[in-house]
Amino acid sequence: MSRPRLIKESSAPLPLDRELLVRIHDLMVKTRTLEERLIQMYKQGHGYFWIGGPGEEAFNVPLGLLMKKGQGPEYDYLHAHYRQSGTLLALGEEPIGALRQMKNTATDPYSGGRNFAGHFSLRKYNVAPVSSPIEVQYAIAPGTAMVQKRLGGDGITIVTGGDAGTAEGDFASCLVWSSRPANPLPILIIVTNNKWGISTSGDGQHGETRVSDRGKAFNIQSKTINGNDPVEAYQELKAAMEYVRKERKPFLLEAMVSRLYGHSSASGANYVADEVDCLKTFEARLEQEGVLTRQQMDDLRNRYTEEMAAAARTARDEPLPAPETIWKHIFAEDK
Amino acid sequence: MANMAQAIRMALHYAEEKLGVTDIFGEDVGAPLGGVFTCTQGLKTTWNSPLDERGIIGAAMGIAMGGGRPVAEIQFCDYVYNTIDLLKLAGNTCWSSNGDWNLPMVVRTPVGSGIRGSIYHSHSFDATMTHIPGWKVVMPSTPLDAYGLLISACKEQNPVMFLEPKALLRVKGEERIPGEPDDDRALSKLIDAPLGDRSQWVPQWPQLEEYAVPIGKGKLVREGTQVTVVSYGRTLPLCARAAATLADEGLSVEVIDLRSLWPYDWEMIKSSVQKTGRVLFVNEDTEVTNFGEHLMRRTVEELFYSLLAAPRLVAGKFVPGIGLADTLEMASVPQQNDITTALRTLANEQP
Ligand SMILES: Cc1ncc(C[n+]2csc(CCOP(=O)(O)OP(=O)(O)O)c2C)c(N)n1
Repeated sequence: MSRPRLIKESSAPLPLDRELLVRIHDLMVKTRTLEERLIQMYKQGHGYFWIGGPGEEAFNVPLGLLMKKGQGPEYDYLHAHYRQSGTLLALGEEPIGALRQMKNTATDPYSGGRNFAGHFSLRKYNVAPVSSPIEVQYAIAPGTAMVQKRLGGDGITIVTGGDAGTAEGDFASCLVWSSRPANPLPILIIVTNNKWGISTSGDGQHGETRVSDRGKAFNIQSKTINGNDPVEAYQELKAAMEYVRKERKPFLLEAMVSRLYGHSSASGANYVADEVDCLKTFEARLEQEGVLTRQQMDDLRNRYTEEMAAAARTARDEPLPAPETIWKHIFAEDK
Repeated sequence: MANMAQAIRMALHYAEEKLGVTDIFGEDVGAPLGGVFTCTQGLKTTWNSPLDERGIIGAAMGIAMGGGRPVAEIQFCDYVYNTIDLLKLAGNTCWSSNGDWNLPMVVRTPVGSGIRGSIYHSHSFDATMTHIPGWKVVMPSTPLDAYGLLISACKEQNPVMFLEPKALLRVKGEERIPGEPDDDRALSKLIDAPLGDRSQWVPQWPQLEEYAVPIGKGKLVREGTQVTVVSYGRTLPLCARAAATLADEGLSVEVIDLRSLWPYDWEMIKSSVQKTGRVLFVNEDTEVTNFGEHLMRRTVEELFYSLLAAPRLVAGKFVPGIGLADTLEMASVPQQNDITTALRTLANEQP
């Protein structure tokens, strides 16, 4: 294992409550085992395509924990990326939903067998549908933020996406629409920077020193953080969210993360050993600080691995959507 | 009588007062201009957006997701093309979320020729828009229908594309908008912004009444027995005039204004074609992969044995743009004479 370079000196005491650290760890392990199961399902032919977030748990889990969860503009909106299973699990979703989406069963709670893995959609928690075109969520997010701004209260809009996607005009749209002096918006603009498009490196894609520097031109407060450290991610997300909640102004947060299984099944979905593994690093720290023992963490992982396998077996036996359901939901019926 | 721009404005006023419309926005839609075609003058929820069509469609989607009810404008349909994937997304959001999310949003955009708008202010959008499932698509040809269709659009739970034929925006109607005053000048005084400084101006809205034209219902503009013509938007009045001319020659033409392109009133087309046995479809979008081609295909497949002659399409020429010179525009999109001639030929065709 390469030495994690970005992590703070491990001698520093962990600044979060033990209970919270254990919870974050639990969700990170749950997310990792879910993703590993999804990849396995894909490789065994129980799905057509995999894309997901192993490597981003340290950032995505805190994000889900910190969201003000509920439906409607009083609560936070998440215009999500396709790597956010950690956020969804932290919001309280059961992993079997993602497995059902992988298997395209009629029971898939996010799309009824219609959409790819990782393409979550959950109105009850304001999770806008994830859609495959890169960055469109950045053009949509200002809309929910506008409604929230007008409503008052402390609900905010959160939008996430990848670094390569910031080349799309929608990212610029988001910066422009969020920061107009006459109407700044309560929006947390997040870029998870794993330094890659699919196979195009960041160097070949964009030239700014930090993606977060792009906020400067728009007078948007911004910061780059180590998204591989759940403690830093939790604290920085909390600070950024508090700013947006209170000031009703945008914040641009760039999180440096890893892409532990490559881009997707399109690039093989195999473990990439030279990336920082946020879970391993976090576990080493938890052990060192005496928060959890190796044994406890191994037991947890084994338990979740078994749970995911059982859930995958359940999903595997469930029926596909009936062909005639293609005609359902083209239009909303009056509610 | 009100013209179409005034009718749209009155419908939007009604919709923001009574139907919960929260945001009427787009480039130059708010004060001081109120839209380059004046359709949004004096309304209370209007605002000017950045010059960013993707941002406009995206914001409309977000506002709809957040519980607002937006009516977004794209200044000219020629500029909506860089939002096609967002339109696709708006159309599939309900379906792809298995019915969980829906987007009650309206997009208005002026379409077509008729103002000598040259290459980038004359395009049509009906073929492209009817290619995107999940949207309802309407295009009025009279002020009253514009009023009624827009009111229906603002009550929809689904995205609606409201296409405004530019050439007809300034044409006065022959029917009264329910609630509009009898006198055109009186109406203008009430709701048209003055030239020059308008900072102190507030419109005085007439007591408007609800009048909804159901989406999906066509209008039988003129009854006839020998040949049917189906059109919408700018070319509809041309078809109606052609029918009147041909009546003098003893030819009986039935004229259908489709009004809604999706869903559309197949029952009306079908019963008319079964009666006349001859049908001409007319629109001004480019003729290759034209919406009228879909209507022809369905006519042939379902009504073949009722037909006395091959169905025809009169549409815009398949050229990359509409040139500015009068002669070029006239040669590119259907004109009165093209329609009259096509109808006459079709009516007289013998197997
Ligand atoms: C508009 C669009 N263009 C291309 C693609 C194909 N594509 C899928 S993921 C991807 C790379 C995205 O990289 P980045 O934005 O950095 O996000 P990451 O996957 O690295 O998290 C590309 C090019 C797409 N989905 N959408």
